[in-house]
Amino acid sequence: MSKFLSKQDLEEYRKKIINSRDPNKIIIALCGDTGCQAYGANKIADAFRKEIKAKNLQDRVELKITGCHGFCERGPLIVIYPKKIFYQKVSEKDVSEIISESVVNDNVIERLLYVHPETKEPIVKEDEVPFYNRQQKIISGMNSVIDPTNIDDYIAIGGYSALEKALFDMDPDSIIEEVKKANLRGRGGGGFPTGVKWESCKNAPGDIHYVICNADEGDPGAYMDRSLLEGNPHSVLEGMMIGAYAIGSSEGYVYVRNEYPLAVENVNIAIKQAREYGLLGENILGTDFSFDIKVTRGGGAFVCGESTALMASIEGLWGEPRAKHIHTVVSGLYNKPTNLNNVETWANVPLIINKGADWYSKIGTENSKGTKIFSLVGKVNNTGLVEVPMGITLREIIFDIGGGVPNGKKFKAVQTGGPSGGCIPEEYLDTPVDFDRLTELGSMMGSGGMIVMDESTCMVDVARYFLNFLKDESCGKCTTCREGIKRMYEILTDITEGRGKEGDIELLEELGWVVANASLCGLGQTAPNPVLSTIRYFRDEYEAHIKEKRCPAKVCKALIRYEIDQEKCTGCGRCRINCPVEAISGEKKKPHIIDQEKCIKCGICHEVCKFDAVNII
Amino acid sequence: MDFSNIDRILDKYDRSPSGIIRILQDVQAELNYLPRDVLKYIASSLSVPLSHVYRIATFYNAFSLVPKGKHMISVCLGTACHVRGAPKVLEKIERELGISPGETTEDLEFSLETVNCLGACALGPIVVVDGEYNGEMNVSKVDELLKKIKQGGEINE
Repeated sequence: MSKFLSKQDLEEYRKKIINSRDPNKIIIALCGDTGCQAYGANKIADAFRKEIKAKNLQDRVELKITGCHGFCERGPLIVIYPKKIFYQKVSEKDVSEIISESVVNDNVIERLLYVHPETKEPIVKEDEVPFYNRQQKIISGMNSVIDPTNIDDYIAIGGYSALEKALFDMDPDSIIEEVKKANLRGRGGGGFPTGVKWESCKNAPGDIHYVICNADEGDPGAYMDRSLLEGNPHSVLEGMMIGAYAIGSSEGYVYVRNEYPLAVENVNIAIKQAREYGLLGENILGTDFSFDIKVTRGGGAFVCGESTALMASIEGLWGEPRAKHIHTVVSGLYNKPTNLNNVETWANVPLIINKGADWYSKIGTENSKGTKIFSLVGKVNNTGLVEVPMGITLREIIFDIGGGVPNGKKFKAVQTGGPSGGCIPEEYLDTPVDFDRLTELGSMMGSGGMIVMDESTCMVDVARYFLNFLKDESCGKCTTCREGIKRMYEILTDITEGRGKEGDIELLEELGWVVANASLCGLGQTAPNPVLSTIRYFRDEYEAHIKEKRCPAKVCKALIRYEIDQEKCTGCGRCRINCPVEAISGEKKKPHIIDQEKCIKCGICHEVCKFDAVNII
Repeated sequence: MDFSNIDRILDKYDRSPSGIIRILQDVQAELNYLPRDVLKYIASSLSVPLSHVYRIATFYNAFSLVPKGKHMISVCLGTACHVRGAPKVLEKIERELGISPGETTEDLEFSLETVNCLGACALGPIVVVDGEYNGEMNVSKVDELLKKIKQGGEINE
């Protein structure tokens, strides 16, 4: 492959790819994202390859391993183009039938279709599934169409045309103006206006400027950045190239979590291909613009998602944040002006340049434009990635797209913003989702994790969970964060273990205020949010733990006990056999009992009982 | 001790002190942990104090100063896995192996660790064994899983 030396080279190559592709060729798009791989997608891919070869169908059908389609709950997923037939929960066993029925013949296999939960009608096409048809997938939509390891796929769908436009039809100032006009705000959680950041960095004195893509997605329960880097890495790289051109940078970094091996692999492949095509390197497309990108893998420290800690980590230092009296756009990586944006923010850039700020700013609310990708997880029927316009309500996301709470349980709260965010109760479900409204509710947008909790989730336990996470991840630089979080965690542990006392709630609030106000970086400043927001909305649960020594959700071990319902127990012995401490006794076919002295409350008996006879009291 | 493989890694990153995290990551991947002698060798090769190398090696969770077991069991404790019962799964594995997260069994067969979200939340709770994902775990599936690993190990030998 020779490098593109001009705009025409790229355009001609694009035409060549499109012309060489048969629009009627059947494409089986198999989701090869980490989630679907965990379901066994790789074995399915191998089975398809074998079957296609065995039946000699290479000319008629192509297997494409794509990024995340979104509907993770129903994985492994395939979509058969051009008809967009959507098969879910596919297994190796189905492969031969799919090839014979839906490729060789023109039939649909009803067993593999998604069934509408209300009408009970099977749905054939992907875009008619309720999970998908309420979304607006302008950023993540291409994930299910392209092979992320093949740059030609990206070029064929118009990839790198925004770079062309930026280099040949715009100048750095007009690019920044366009991004400002689109009012793109940082998707990493802060919500800072991207165009303003770019402008400050561009204007900062110095001959070297850096751009960084923050892919250190550490919020537990959030994986949209992972899926974008895995599924459409070139869109992120293109965004970085445009940003680098606007800012005047020739060197970029992608800082990616090492826990995401597939994302690391795919972004490295994408960079290599872009270099081979001359889209990265010296004199890109024959212009004066030169730019290259390096990948740095994280070391497993949550705090490195903070910009100054991340930059320290790239420099080979321990990831401790520093005070930002001088912003990183003025003095960041190696003390040079540095512009850092999150994966999803970068992926928005090509779209804004191609379609224009006027088009872009029609989507969303007054102060939050565009779409946001959320990972909808926890106690929800349709777990997966959803991309929705800003301003959609929480209720629409959780109930219309997410299909509500499973097993007939009652919704209790939704946690947004990761460990920095908070829990939002049912009464605020009709709140439109945007940066400012979520902050008003004591939570935040964060990077986009949305964890649904039902009545069997204990809110004190959840608060304790997040503080446990944060106390381990605090870098230790600020005393308030290092010691304050630990003290709050100890108080919460006391409460969940039945040692809570009057005044604990007030002490938590006071400590929370100090930690938030006297810590240097975002980790400490937002660390009390999970506690403060649960106290704000679920104070009664805290009080039940403290005053009545009762866990209303029946989660906190010290406050519950397991008992066997003598009416329901059939004496099958399953619980007795599975009990790890021999705390259960009883004769065969007669009701069993649990010895409370021996019981360690592991919950196995409750889980294995087929007659629902083990109660939690 | 032969440091030729360490030299290879050092050369890959131009023996630059700013490449130290990447160097340690590669060493960790190759040796499974960061032995004391190797850290000393890296410090002198990069002309940085040993304390600097230790500070990096102990700051980041990815590094271990003690040998890891043959099989690595990672229990995801991300929020989605947590609300779906991951702590119970972890407790069960701890009980069965007799070790806590961060520890390795005496026979160096198993190491146990917890991770904060692997981004495969739809399948939670998740337990990853030697890179292979096991989704929708519960306490009763743990026995089966451990049995599978032990048998797999025997077959490989």
